[in-house]
Amino acid sequence: MAGGDAKLHSPLGLLAELTHRCPLGCPYCSNPLALDPRSEELDTETWARVFKEAAGLGVLQVHLSGGEPGARRDLVEIAAAAHACGLYTNLITSAVGITAATLHKLAEYGLDHVQISIQDSEEKSADHIAGYQGAFARKRALAAVVVDLKIPLTVNAVMHRANIDRLEAMVALALALGASRVEIAHAQYYGGALKNRSALMPTEAQVRRAAATVQELRRKHHGEIVIDAVVPDYHARLPKPCVGGWGRRSLNVTPSGKVLPCHAAESIPSLQFWSVREHALADIWAHAPAFKAFRGTDWMKEPCLSCARRDLDFGGCRCQAFALTGDARATDPVCHLAPGHDLVQKLAAVQGDVPYAYRRL
Amino acid sequence: MSEVASAIAPDARPRLPRGVRLVHNEAQGGWVLLAPERVFKADLVSVAVLKRCTGEATFAAIIDDLAAAFKAPRERILADVTTLLRGLADKRFLEL
Repeated sequence: MAGGDAKLHSPLGLLAELTHRCPLGCPYCSNPLALDPRSEELDTETWARVFKEAAGLGVLQVHLSGGEPGARRDLVEIAAAAHACGLYTNLITSAVGITAATLHKLAEYGLDHVQISIQDSEEKSADHIAGYQGAFARKRALAAVVVDLKIPLTVNAVMHRANIDRLEAMVALALALGASRVEIAHAQYYGGALKNRSALMPTEAQVRRAAATVQELRRKHHGEIVIDAVVPDYHARLPKPCVGGWGRRSLNVTPSGKVLPCHAAESIPSLQFWSVREHALADIWAHAPAFKAFRGTDWMKEPCLSCARRDLDFGGCRCQAFALTGDARATDPVCHLAPGHDLVQKLAAVQGDVPYAYRRL
Repeated sequence: MSEVASAIAPDARPRLPRGVRLVHNEAQGGWVLLAPERVFKADLVSVAVLKRCTGEATFAAIIDDLAAAFKAPRERILADVTTLLRGLADKRFLEL
């Protein structure tokens, strides 16, 4: 596969998946179905080395995530190590597994930002979606501590058929919790979410209403809260610029130390990944086969190769192209110009009344 | 969205809140403003403005200081800096 001579950017963001352990079982989880067991997790010292190497590479922000990062007993040491390298630290959490005391300690060690997920505006539904009784209450409580510490709070609202009609209420909840930002994060179909796709898929009408609601709410709440939202893939005409381009702006380290160009990349069977256990991060970024595979534009097929948008959306998502067409080099079928686009339109119309297959380690 | 940013009170004391950091980064080749889920490249003019947003100096004093430093008309500085700071404040990246 071509792409080896493509210009080497320096990454801006590192997604640090500290563990795949998580008390919740959200059906839209984008972790791969094959989760890393606890016994294979990188230790504190290795994460500290990874952060040092990331900072040397040019990484500016590290996202401490998982699974549930709060499941790591050494979370404070890990976050402190990232901060000590000058990295901006962002905690992405369900709130279940992070105590107020831990958050105070994290704040002491320079934590810059916290993102808490919400599953719904209604407690019973929220806990049902999360597969965890009491999750909603824990999120409320931790949000209050974040705000009390004056750390900026983002509420991440994962949207799908079960809650999309309560978008306005979820934004109201984000405001009530003191968030300065809310992500209307329409479910994307990777890992566990792909398995639950028909249970999660919103209708065309729901998506249209949601888009209109976002516009109204942005006008209403301008200056109070930032509302980030993108059109959900399967209901779009143009593909998203996935991860800001392959091997261009971000990288992901899994709990066991594998370095991925994106969180779903292991779903592409031909890719070869390197581990931080064996290679320095700079070496992996520049030379690992998985990173070189789709860097730049040489690997593209038509219509992407001659498309005026190729440097804007990079042909969309490789993992999605592979999942839907069997060809990782294909145009992301989300694009209306893709030969496979009608498949996406058909799938977008499938709303299955099926129970969730909850995520369990 | 209005074309002219709404005025900032002369006695406001702009400051970057916790979670918004102006840093110089060698690997990225310059100054960057780091905020929740955002990274902005900061040009030298923006850096000069933001470095003065410590919560101590008043907005009026900052404008005076910049007008002198850049030897530029005060009205021009006022308009440009108001746009920059309003834009950040609207996203909750600056406290006024």
